[in-house]
Amino acid sequence: MAEDVLKSGNLPENPERATLEGRNKFMGFWFFLGGETVLFASLFGTYLALRNSSVDGPTGEEIFGLGLVFLMTVILLTSSLTSVYAMYHMKNNDFKKMQLWLGITVLLGFAFLGLEIYEFVHYVNDYGFGFTTSAFSTAFYSLVGFHGAHVAFGLVWIISLMIRNHKRGLNLYNAPKFYIASLYWHFIDVVWVFIFTVVYLMGKVG
Amino acid sequence: MSTTAEKKAGFGSVLWDYLTTVDHKKIAILYLVAGLFFFILGGLQAMLIRIQLIAPDNEFISAQFYNEVLTMHGTTMIFLAAMPLIFALMNAVLPLQIGARDVAFPFINSLGFWLFFFGGIFLNISWFAGGAPDVGWTAYAPLSLFSESHGVDYYSIGLQITGFGTLMGGINFIVTVVNMRAPGMTYMRMPLFTWTSFIASVLILFAFPALTVGLFLLTFDRLFGGNFFDPEMGGNVIIWEHLFWIFGHPEVYILILPAFGVFSEIIPTFSKKRLFGYSSMVFATILIAFLGFMVWAHHMFTVGLGPIANSIFAVATMAIAVPTGIKIFNWLFTMWGGSIRLTSPMVMALGFIPTFTIGGMTGVMLASAAADFQYHDTYFVVAHFHYVIVGGTVLGIFAGIIYWWPKMFGTMLNEKLNHWFFWLFFIGFHLTFFFQHFLGLMGMPRRYWKFLPDQGLDLFNLISTIGAFGMAIGTIIFLINVVMTQMKGEKVSGDPWDARTLEWAIPSPPPFYNFKQEPLVRGLDALWVEKMQGNGKIQPAEPLGDIHMPNRSFVPFVISLGLFIAGFGVMYQGAMWILAAIGFGTTAGAMLYRSVKDDIGYHVHKEELEEEGDGSNG
Ligand code: HEM
Ligand SMILES: [Cu+2]
Repeated sequence: MAEDVLKSGNLPENPERATLEGRNKFMGFWFFLGGETVLFASLFGTYLALRNSSVDGPTGEEIFGLGLVFLMTVILLTSSLTSVYAMYHMKNNDFKKMQLWLGITVLLGFAFLGLEIYEFVHYVNDYGFGFTTSAFSTAFYSLVGFHGAHVAFGLVWIISLMIRNHKRGLNLYNAPKFYIASLYWHFIDVVWVFIFTVVYLMGKVG
Repeated sequence: MSTTAEKKAGFGSVLWDYLTTVDHKKIAILYLVAGLFFFILGGLQAMLIRIQLIAPDNEFISAQFYNEVLTMHGTTMIFLAAMPLIFALMNAVLPLQIGARDVAFPFINSLGFWLFFFGGIFLNISWFAGGAPDVGWTAYAPLSLFSESHGVDYYSIGLQITGFGTLMGGINFIVTVVNMRAPGMTYMRMPLFTWTSFIASVLILFAFPALTVGLFLLTFDRLFGGNFFDPEMGGNVIIWEHLFWIFGHPEVYILILPAFGVFSEIIPTFSKKRLFGYSSMVFATILIAFLGFMVWAHHMFTVGLGPIANSIFAVATMAIAVPTGIKIFNWLFTMWGGSIRLTSPMVMALGFIPTFTIGGMTGVMLASAAADFQYHDTYFVVAHFHYVIVGGTVLGIFAGIIYWWPKMFGTMLNEKLNHWFFWLFFIGFHLTFFFQHFLGLMGMPRRYWKFLPDQGLDLFNLISTIGAFGMAIGTIIFLINVVMTQMKGEKVSGDPWDARTLEWAIPSPPPFYNFKQEPLVRGLDALWVEKMQGNGKIQPAEPLGDIHMPNRSFVPFVISLGLFIAGFGVMYQGAMWILAAIGFGTTAGAMLYRSVKDDIGYHVHKEELEEEGDGSNG
């Protein structure tokens, strides 16, 4: 019976929640995201307290370029949408299409990460805005960097799931894994929306 | 180490068994042993503090060493003794109380333990590596930035690793309670220890990430040139205080709620009455947890947040006394008219109630923001929090250990020695801390290395030190009791206290799958219901069938070891970066291995279960 969960094909309607293990994972991960929310809330609070403390270093208004950040936002939001497609195909038991859309999600994730690295390099080289420049710079790199590290982790996670399962297809054992990885991806996206607003928009305007 | 089969096994196989176990009952024993070890360590540090303060102008230990000992005492007791001992009780009891065969995430459960363990070891290595942290367990900036040794780095990285473990433990217990309850075990039939552990786990989930961030900021500032807390670079030292107490105040409720739960089990059992006001107890627990998040700034009244902020936090703080008071009265009313048996856990409960009430009262005094300007950072605060933490949490932990010892080990601690332990500890405790209230009111500041003669402080300090020896002797008696009991190894029945809840319906210690058949719960105090209305045995909710069990795993140990190694690299940098690479590589590799390797567990077959007995849960 235990081995049944590794059989692919003929899955029930919500494969990610069909087993007790799956339900546990599903719920545990939601709670984990609750903890992550506090983590980012603490970082946002710290950032808000220090966002005007640039001392002699450059201010946000001087360095932020909304064009680039807007592009990053569009890319990441789109990647959330593509991961929704992937989960849609998972529920329809269409493994190939799920992998395809996950692949697109990963590509978009890499594009986002690449642009973020470009952005950081640009700040350091062209504005002398490094991690140690001011309290503002430390807070900025910590908040945005934490998010970036989450993106990188999510990419490694999704890719390893895709590679691990590409031969054997979907089953009751790995469906929850795919599902929570996609939940994680949405969470990262939501955090970015806040970063876009609080860091970049407020930095440029307010 | 309880069944005969294991006794025959060699040391190596027992060790391997514990290194790889994912069984919540064995993880409980790991937490218990490690927690007691750190409790003894923290206790020795406390004795050094009290000996230094036995007389004015004493030169027993140096100022620098005093600072280290003081810091490590607080840090050890909170993070490495109280927390794991609470997790020991939760692991030993909570799954049994809800009729579960295991926790929701056995693997994560084991990972939580090993992270805690390696974090604690990491922190204590500081003693041998140039000095322990010396800035108080609260590690306020900017003091923590100016501390020269690597002590504070050991603090921030060690607690970081430990904190991850705690967070995982918390999530595990939340999901266990939500998803793993036996048929008929509705939320409002859960024993109160399960309820309070559940709510404490929710607090862990929402409080620990604030500490995680605080520790990251501290690490960035100290090791990577960050400027969070450096005013010259625009930083702000108050950020640390906020983050620390946003974590820190919920933390004190994480510590006390499970102790409330322990006493809410003990008092009904030994009063032979169901808990008075069960639903108001549940409600009060939730309310305390909720309010617990809105009061952190009562630790910062003297920082200068302004009168409005101080008033709001003062009122919110005082409000917590209301649900706490509800609990006190419920315990009293449970005993009212009951037929009371004065076993040692019950006597401890009786000692707990007035002691904790005094601590709550001094808490309300401290909560008056204006008055707190006088009390703050004096021995009055030290007295307050020892009344609630030792008189509440520590008594609760020991009462719980004694009460559930038969369930965990199948043996019974000697009652006579239990009483000796309690009375020595209890009287010693009040001698130590009662007089500190007055020392504080007389103006003696906390954390000072020395006090001067002729200030009227001598006598109370002397009494306080004498009391500390009483607590130490009491603890030694407890340890002797443990050793003697285990050497004798006299077995007891599954229900030696004539108790009320589900964990007492199965043998002591329980088989590794806990319940042969899932139990059917027919009311609050499930076992008592059966004793009164049935044949005294829990009815099964399913026919005898195969039982699914998780596989053991060495991976949690490896993941934790990796972070432990990486910590040194991050701290010493330079050529030591190689350690960070090795450590993080090990952790990442082990996580990846866990992710890609199928682990679906195994089944205990019906036939094997039938051989073992009559198939009932009795
Ligand atoms: C009615 C309930 C309580 C109230 C109103 C209360 C209030 C307070 C206040 C206002 C302070 C700050 C004093 C100062 O630093 O000037 C304080 C400190 C403290 N309280 Fe409580 N408290 C309560 C219960 C508890 C409980 C249940 C615990 C733990 C189990 C606890 C543990 C602590 C600790 C550890 C500190 C000192 C932390 C430090 O500065 O090192 N308190 N309390
Ligand atoms: Cu507090």
